[in-house]
Amino acid sequence: MQLLRQLSETHGVAGNEKAVRDLIWSEIKTRVDSKEVDAMGNLIVTKKGRKSRPRIMLAAHMDEVGLMVVNIDKQGMLKFRAVGGLDERALLSKHVLVGKDKTPGVIGAKPVHLIWRREEEMKRPPKTDELHIDIGASSKEDAEKQVKIGDYAMFDTEYASLGPTIKGKAFDDRIGCALLVELLKKPLPVTVHAAFTVQEEVGLRGARIAAFRIEPDIAIVLEGTAAGDFPEKRDLSKAAMIGKGPVITIMDRTVICDRKLVDLAIACAKKARIPFQLKRPGVGGTDAGRIHMTKAGSRTLVISVACRYVHSPASIASKADIRNAGRLVSAVLKAL
Amino acid sequence: MKELLKKLTEVYGPSGNEGPVLHILQKELKGHVDSMKIDVLGNLIVTKGRGKPRVMLAAHADEIGVAVTHIDKNGFLRFTNVGGLRPVNMLGHRVRFQNGTLGTIGEEKRDSLKDELKLEKMYIDIGARDKAEAAKRVAVGDMGCFVQPFVDTGSRLIAKAFDDRVGCAIVVEALKRMRKPACSIFAVFTAQEEVGVRGARTAAYGIKPDVAVAVDITGTGDTPESRTMAVGLGKGPAIKVMDGGMLASPQVKEALIAAAKRLRIPYQLEVLIGGTTDAWGIQVTLEGIPSGVISIPTRYAHTPSEMVDARDVENCVRLLVEYVRSL
Repeated sequence: MQLLRQLSETHGVAGNEKAVRDLIWSEIKTRVDSKEVDAMGNLIVTKKGRKSRPRIMLAAHMDEVGLMVVNIDKQGMLKFRAVGGLDERALLSKHVLVGKDKTPGVIGAKPVHLIWRREEEMKRPPKTDELHIDIGASSKEDAEKQVKIGDYAMFDTEYASLGPTIKGKAFDDRIGCALLVELLKKPLPVTVHAAFTVQEEVGLRGARIAAFRIEPDIAIVLEGTAAGDFPEKRDLSKAAMIGKGPVITIMDRTVICDRKLVDLAIACAKKARIPFQLKRPGVGGTDAGRIHMTKAGSRTLVISVACRYVHSPASIASKADIRNAGRLVSAVLKAL
Repeated sequence: MKELLKKLTEVYGPSGNEGPVLHILQKELKGHVDSMKIDVLGNLIVTKGRGKPRVMLAAHADEIGVAVTHIDKNGFLRFTNVGGLRPVNMLGHRVRFQNGTLGTIGEEKRDSLKDELKLEKMYIDIGARDKAEAAKRVAVGDMGCFVQPFVDTGSRLIAKAFDDRVGCAIVVEALKRMRKPACSIFAVFTAQEEVGVRGARTAAYGIKPDVAVAVDITGTGDTPESRTMAVGLGKGPAIKVMDGGMLASPQVKEALIAAAKRLRIPYQLEVLIGGTTDAWGIQVTLEGIPSGVISIPTRYAHTPSEMVDARDVENCVRLLVEYVRSL
């Protein structure tokens, strides 16, 4: 979990994954047989296993959702936009770090004292264009000494262990990255081409070219997925719950997973007595959406860890789920 | 050909579950083609003839449907759409799962009939008394399709899944009529068109064709107070100019028009607002593949009762055969 702490606290908004890539590389460089960083910044490594076929791609995305500075006003306040599908309800009053120098700031809005209680503004979360990042600058010129338009801003969230769970930012998909790193540290039953991909959160962009290069027969995508284990009065379709095991995707908005692989994963879980859940069909999307359609196509599986409050400044995930997801991926690789 | 249309439209085959459709197609094509294979995404690729150019014909084998997302304690199934389904076309309809389980679609009470009908407020009732009984017959992730018999009214035909089983039947019939083609034909019965033109892309990448023609349905503007569209039933094959995804490659479009003129069959030019076909995915594969579409005018697309004109279907076959002959 030490690695996950580092991965979670590292900043890597889509398009700015270098720090995450460097951290991952420092962890695995003595454990893999070849390395390549492609034109978009995907880190692609190969680790030889006992057999070389089928050709297997494992993928986890390094990027996370975040913010980008788009304007600096006269007072030195930074206007910003979301990068990726950020939960914009969760922005007000969050601590952020801006740009390469990690200039601290606070996301501000008109204070509650200045809004009439009954006004519409009090009844909804503020929209992004009503917010700004305040870095304490006295003027535009003052702000520009520290930040510039195009700088990324990231939540300043500390990782913590909370009993059987962990808290932190960017579990989507640093949990997948951590699982993949741990896997690469062990001897493998079959050669694996591992892609730590970029720009998933802005449209599955890196995975497309990584898959084009790797040209896998089979791809397994490791993800952090939205948990929906909140008190529900009604007996309706639910998202996965934390603590109930790794999540297997049958179908989401971007892929219908290969049924034989899905059945294989389920059989592996049952055989090894690993708890598992099926992802609610029809929602979400992952790198698998691009990978399975690349070149002449590949058989694709997605194994995820359920995370509460994904795409917000802080998520919660279960330690047991992470362990079990690692066990499940290993079991599937052995069975291929 | 009506016999084949009946078989193909009544069979089960939502996106990702094209197996039963491919089975019928393989039996039908046996002895009429040089090779058949199913690729990783589930496309059936058949070849016939040798030489240049390499021409890809595409008709999608999948149909729209539903996928089970939840089984509640009373045995009712909650579901999501597979492809472009409209809730208003579903109430009271029956669905069938791959193992033959049948159910009917119901809805929660609406406070007012003016309230929008939403998928989240609908369910499938398979007649199970509780969750345990339902779980013996279906599982989360199982897909269902509509159930409707094929109807022959004489000149016009009504069935579910004419989108795009009518295209599949046209390609089958054309392959049978092309006895000794002078070019290499790769006919693909594609998977997963309805969820985003997925199979056609990987098939095209693998085949590397010089030119491609998709055979798929299009809408019409000939029903009461319908949308404005200059395509009607019985007025011949529609040759695509553009749709929501693509502009047909001019050389393919012109060659199709020329073929229709040589045959002296009626044809229509099609401009479809919204919607697209496999040709959209094929056209931008590899370094670009000139692609066009022969469209079958179809009323009530994406409902359980789609309607086509039998003469249009026959003329589509003739047009496809003549186009390939001229390559």
